[in-house]
Amino acid sequence: MHGAPQIVMMRQRAKLLARAREFFAARGVLEVDTPLLGKGLVVESHIDPIACQVTVGDGRTEQRHLLTSPEGPMKRLLADGSGPIYQFAHAFRDGEVGKRHSLEFTMLEWYRPDHDHHALMDEVEAFAQAMVPRVAGVAFERLTFQQVFQDSVGVDPFATSLAELRTTCERLAVPVPPGFDEGSLHDALDLLLVAHIEPSLGTSRPLFMHEYPASQAALARVHASAEGHQVAERFELYIDGVELANGYHELADPIEQRQRFDHANRVRVADSRSALPIDEPLIAALGSGFPACAGVALGFDRLLMIATGSKCIDDVRSATTQ
Amino acid sequence: MASYGTSDFRKGLKVLLDNEPYLIIDLDFMKPGKGQAVYRIKVKNLINGRVLDKSYRSGDSVEGADIEERTMQFLYKDAAHFHFMDGESFEQVELTSDQVGDAAKWLIDEMMCEVVCWNGTPITCDPPNHVVLKVTYTEPGAKGNSTGNVQKPATVSTGAELMVPTFINQDDMVRIDTRTGEYVERVSKS
Repeated sequence: MHGAPQIVMMRQRAKLLARAREFFAARGVLEVDTPLLGKGLVVESHIDPIACQVTVGDGRTEQRHLLTSPEGPMKRLLADGSGPIYQFAHAFRDGEVGKRHSLEFTMLEWYRPDHDHHALMDEVEAFAQAMVPRVAGVAFERLTFQQVFQDSVGVDPFATSLAELRTTCERLAVPVPPGFDEGSLHDALDLLLVAHIEPSLGTSRPLFMHEYPASQAALARVHASAEGHQVAERFELYIDGVELANGYHELADPIEQRQRFDHANRVRVADSRSALPIDEPLIAALGSGFPACAGVALGFDRLLMIATGSKCIDDVRSATTQ
Repeated sequence: MASYGTSDFRKGLKVLLDNEPYLIIDLDFMKPGKGQAVYRIKVKNLINGRVLDKSYRSGDSVEGADIEERTMQFLYKDAAHFHFMDGESFEQVELTSDQVGDAAKWLIDEMMCEVVCWNGTPITCDPPNHVVLKVTYTEPGAKGNSTGNVQKPATVSTGAELMVPTFINQDDMVRIDTRTGEYVERVSKS
């Protein structure tokens, strides 16, 4: 009984994949295919990889990880002079299971040398319009992280406190988790974002949220805003309350990148999670030939959910095992 | 009791919050791409039926509640209590109207129910998911209305009221879903 709708969905998926490939072919972006199994990782505070033990040639065993994103290997290709590249990659994130999350999912990731995040937002907008006819004639909105928080919950993320965020959560009936008052401002802002703000983002028209606080920069460049706040050159695209894509004007400084990975590992250890091995070849690539570029990761399953009106990620994936 | 981490959360899990037993009735995993995961759960207080929203982050845990469901027969109701009996041990237990709550709408003598015990003490009961009750009052259906979705109010033998199709008559036996309080089908005609 499950076969028929699933096959219909696989046909829609194939059609969308083909359209996406046409989009990139027309723009001269090269499709690449990089390994999913890695020794080192792009270390993030709140993204957990799936570890696996492998036997290498001479019978020795080693620990590897299923990559949480193809970012490391793709950036190495950029450093080797690939020019613009894209990839449909399966990505793996331990513990992420929900209506919009799956342990294994399909990520569409692409990089554009000589673009900054604004130029890449233009391209992501053109891409989304080419993929989802419903948003084709619509100009996407662009708001800063600060504007979104001020407009939707009356909080200035650059001048707030845990106490104000607790009061705001209580006013909006957002339940506050244990340990909220001892947590970071960054995590408290994220709570308000997912539990209250996100469902209304991009509902009247698609929305790019950009200029994230520097604490949420991850792998993006940081600059001082007109108001003097340190902001990340990062954006996220929301359509119908769904976080669809995350992009950066990519950090190209190996020393800074290592410091951010080390910081993420310190956050992990403080949370009683294990520190993760750093993708050393990525750090080396940043110091040797890595071009100025912008990159974006787009959840392809979520794009298919939006295009088909599906409510659950399992409905658009083949033979999910969860 | 065991303690449960956020990854153990699932519908139907019974947990202890603020020293009262709760049932997880819904859960949602939320996570900003780069941010911390939030597990949002909807829980029902097993003592008073109140529903609350709670959120947790990875690494948080909650205590399990020692909840046991015992299949017992509803015997009778007197001024203060509903009385139930374990068919094997013949042990009898009683619950107040407050403890029985909305389930009282569906209870008839001798019906088999799930009596919910917390740390061995009865706290509430769940009626069967479906019950068959006699319609004690409903207006006669208008002719020609027997096919559409038109419904009319009816009262059943326990005193509960619900909407039924127009072809249902007084003294008909109807099957009701106690979880929604909705009519399912006619079981026999009067």
